[in-house]
Amino acid sequence: MNVTATPALPLGDDALILSHRLGEWAGRAPVLEEEVALANIALDLLGQARVLLSLAGDEDELAFLREERQFRNLQLVEQPNGDFAHTIARQLYFSTYQELLFEHLAAGESELAPLAAKAVKEVAYHRDHAHQWTLRLGDGTDESHARMQHALDALWRFTGELFEPVEGLEAAPWPTLHDTWTTRITSTLEQATLTVPEGPQRGGWAAGAGRQGLHTEPFGRLLAEMQHLHRSHPGATW
Amino acid sequence: MVTTTALEEELLALAGSVPDPELPVLTLAELGVVRGVQLTAPGRVEVQLTPTYTGCPAIEAMSADIERVLHDHGIPDVEVRTVLSPPWTTDAITAEGRRKLAEFGIAPPRPTGPAGGPVAVDLTIRCPHCGSTDTTLLSRFSSTACKALRRCESCREPFDHFKEL
Repeated sequence: MNVTATPALPLGDDALILSHRLGEWAGRAPVLEEEVALANIALDLLGQARVLLSLAGDEDELAFLREERQFRNLQLVEQPNGDFAHTIARQLYFSTYQELLFEHLAAGESELAPLAAKAVKEVAYHRDHAHQWTLRLGDGTDESHARMQHALDALWRFTGELFEPVEGLEAAPWPTLHDTWTTRITSTLEQATLTVPEGPQRGGWAAGAGRQGLHTEPFGRLLAEMQHLHRSHPGATW
Repeated sequence: MVTTTALEEELLALAGSVPDPELPVLTLAELGVVRGVQLTAPGRVEVQLTPTYTGCPAIEAMSADIERVLHDHGIPDVEVRTVLSPPWTTDAITAEGRRKLAEFGIAPPRPTGPAGGPVAVDLTIRCPHCGSTDTTLLSRFSSTACKALRRCESCREPFDHFKEL
């Protein structure tokens, strides 16, 4: 498989894997409108993944024929959907990050600029969706508040990795992006009567490891489901 | 400066006359997604098409429809290329396109603010059925990524709103 060394690969993997996770909600979401919303966000991410992975090689080969250690996505996006609060916490952390990074890339001249300029407008809706749900769950019932806080705390240790410089994008202002991200997350959580988690933003065993191809245990099962059909029926079309 | 020949103008009009596969009341020209048509050699044209949303699944059907229309017009070799830059915006939908959307029961997008501004969700959106401005947002995402789902508080009908991008 020919793979070009480009930051489009890790960013494309983020979009692909989160798209797959969100797609797992189909048929299971709490209400029909949310089912449709999550599927639409997944579709936006899949569109991004297709453009980005095509900059790195053949999109289908990259998605369906790589082994776990060859994926460069953040560990955050591969985390299981959990309850609805976990999905929203993951969306809030990731879409806030993605919007900031794509705003930066859209202002540049790299091969990523056209996609970033296009996608940043879509991601603004993803972030707004996560923001509104965080407010509703955090400032809702005791049960929804407790679940949202638990989800935010549980995923916090995967957020440090977001600001490890991506290979090929070392020049991006990572510390500034991190500061702005923290400000935005803090603002949303305060409005939602939630508490910004205090623990470390990474586990000692896996600092920034998704970008190096080290993934968490649930990722293998995600890949098995995502790749099974393509590997069982090579070249199949419909 | 790229000059456009009369034939290219004609082919552009033909490509633009193709109906949108998901909103067949609109043509691709009214949606503002056909960026240009160039004759690159005798019998060979390239068409630039831009997606509304990056993941829009209709883009493949649009490409196939454009190819068919131009083949029927005697162009044997048609290549439809997807371009992302500059990104499509709902401001590219023509006035006629907006009128048709409303007639079809879809509230047209409002003009977008300056780039980088907040996502507008609270300004008045008129019910395409009864014209009332008393409408509320049900979901930011509806039957397709480009629409939001709203309900009219006057006639109680739900409706799609082509959201601003």
